[in-house]
Amino acid sequence: MAIRTLASKQTLIRCAAASPVLRQGRGLQTFSLPDLPYDYGELEPAISGEIMKIHHQKHHQTYITNYNKALEQLEEAMAKGDSSKVVGLQSAIKFNGGGHVNHSIFWKNLAPAHKGGGEPPHAALGWAIDTNFGSLEILEKIVNAEGAALQGSGWVWLALDKELKKLRIETTANQDPLVTKGLQLVPLLGIDVWEHAYYLQYKNVRPDYLNNIWKVINWKYASEVYEKEVA
Amino acid sequence: MGFPLALPSSRHPPPLASHGLRSSSIDSPKLVLRKRCLCQSRRSLKVVAYYGLTTPPYEFDALEPYMSKRTLEVHWGKHHREYVEGLNKQLANSPVLYGYTLEELIRATYNNGNPLPEFNNAAQVWNHDFFWESMQPGGGKMPSGGLLEQIVKDFGSYDKFRDEFVESANSIFGSGWVWLVLNPEEKKLSIVRTSNAVCPLVWRDFPIIGLDVWEHAYYLDYKDDREDYVNTFMNHLVSWHAATARILRAQAFVNLGEPKIPVA
Repeated sequence: MAIRTLASKQTLIRCAAASPVLRQGRGLQTFSLPDLPYDYGELEPAISGEIMKIHHQKHHQTYITNYNKALEQLEEAMAKGDSSKVVGLQSAIKFNGGGHVNHSIFWKNLAPAHKGGGEPPHAALGWAIDTNFGSLEILEKIVNAEGAALQGSGWVWLALDKELKKLRIETTANQDPLVTKGLQLVPLLGIDVWEHAYYLQYKNVRPDYLNNIWKVINWKYASEVYEKEVA
Repeated sequence: MGFPLALPSSRHPPPLASHGLRSSSIDSPKLVLRKRCLCQSRRSLKVVAYYGLTTPPYEFDALEPYMSKRTLEVHWGKHHREYVEGLNKQLANSPVLYGYTLEELIRATYNNGNPLPEFNNAAQVWNHDFFWESMQPGGGKMPSGGLLEQIVKDFGSYDKFRDEFVESANSIFGSGWVWLVLNPEEKKLSIVRTSNAVCPLVWRDFPIIGLDVWEHAYYLDYKDDREDYVNTFMNHLVSWHAATARILRAQAFVNLGEPKIPVA
């Protein structure tokens, strides 16, 4: 989850929150809510401060709390050799762990417009997008269409297939992380299309949310991940 | 809840028809009156299957403060309407699916677990109709009479049933529905959860109560607090009148040995 190569002290401190912390006296790692690299209101008008606050403090926190709970139960079940319980916990781990993984990526995928949000990708990722999709506009159209068509709750991804070195658009249901669609897939960009991601501002009109989110997409982050993976 | 209306093909896209009844009376639970309306133009060569948007059986502010007028305006006026319009648009291009009742359409398009494109809209139209009628102003509290006896028989006690219902709703991983259903073969009540648009009709279970736990059902009123929403539904909104009427109807069909129960 956390970026392994850390550029500055500031990022180090920021990312420390997203990293597992060792619980005293036991070997179990638990997770805590990562800080956002911007203020809740800074993504306005694309995403309201109220949405960002609830999304981060309530939804993401709940995934983390339940993920930690499930991991604790998993540890106990493993210690007791209770295989049935171990298997039974998988859906809660996938859902809550996935919720933590996905949201941690999502926050990094966003940036306020005055801090580079919405600035199109250049260099390697920019070229790769042109090669794979024709243009950034076409990519956005495909993502918007996939996102609007997704039934219920889920995510739309711009993925790098690191074996084929190709970009792909994928969707996952509920909180399934991208890795459930293939171990070779690296998430460059994940867009949350759960209703909680836009409802207070956009109500039923998910396409408007998808249209507007491009104004605060942090392509710099996606480019960094891309360049690291294809290097 | 719909019977398809036959429309002249020249009228495309088809306008919405509302054939539901609006009524403030909740003493006798209303089963939506269905009419088969055939209004075919002489000039039409092609008929288009098409379903209407049914109005909830109470005013939009009637469930305040437990479910706001604003929520009903968006949930019924936008989401439910979009499912109806989306379905009619799809059916305009699927002459094969013409002539089904909505229930038949849901079962046909579920396609034994490999849903056809029309399934989501068809099921969501039905789910929402059923949901509106699963609530009433002054609802909640305790069921009574035969329904309560059946709940006690199948769950142990009302509290156990309530806990299981609330827990089921809280633990749906994503968008979906929680249902109290009657299994016609075992003559037994149980609670089932379904994901996204899926409804118990596809397994021939007979639904008694349906609760929408998509975030759009509660987000404007309860934000992320699904638990509060579900508890409020049980305490103040659920219509045990409607549930009683549905279960009596189901039992009548079961007792008659009729295998196919038409759902109200």
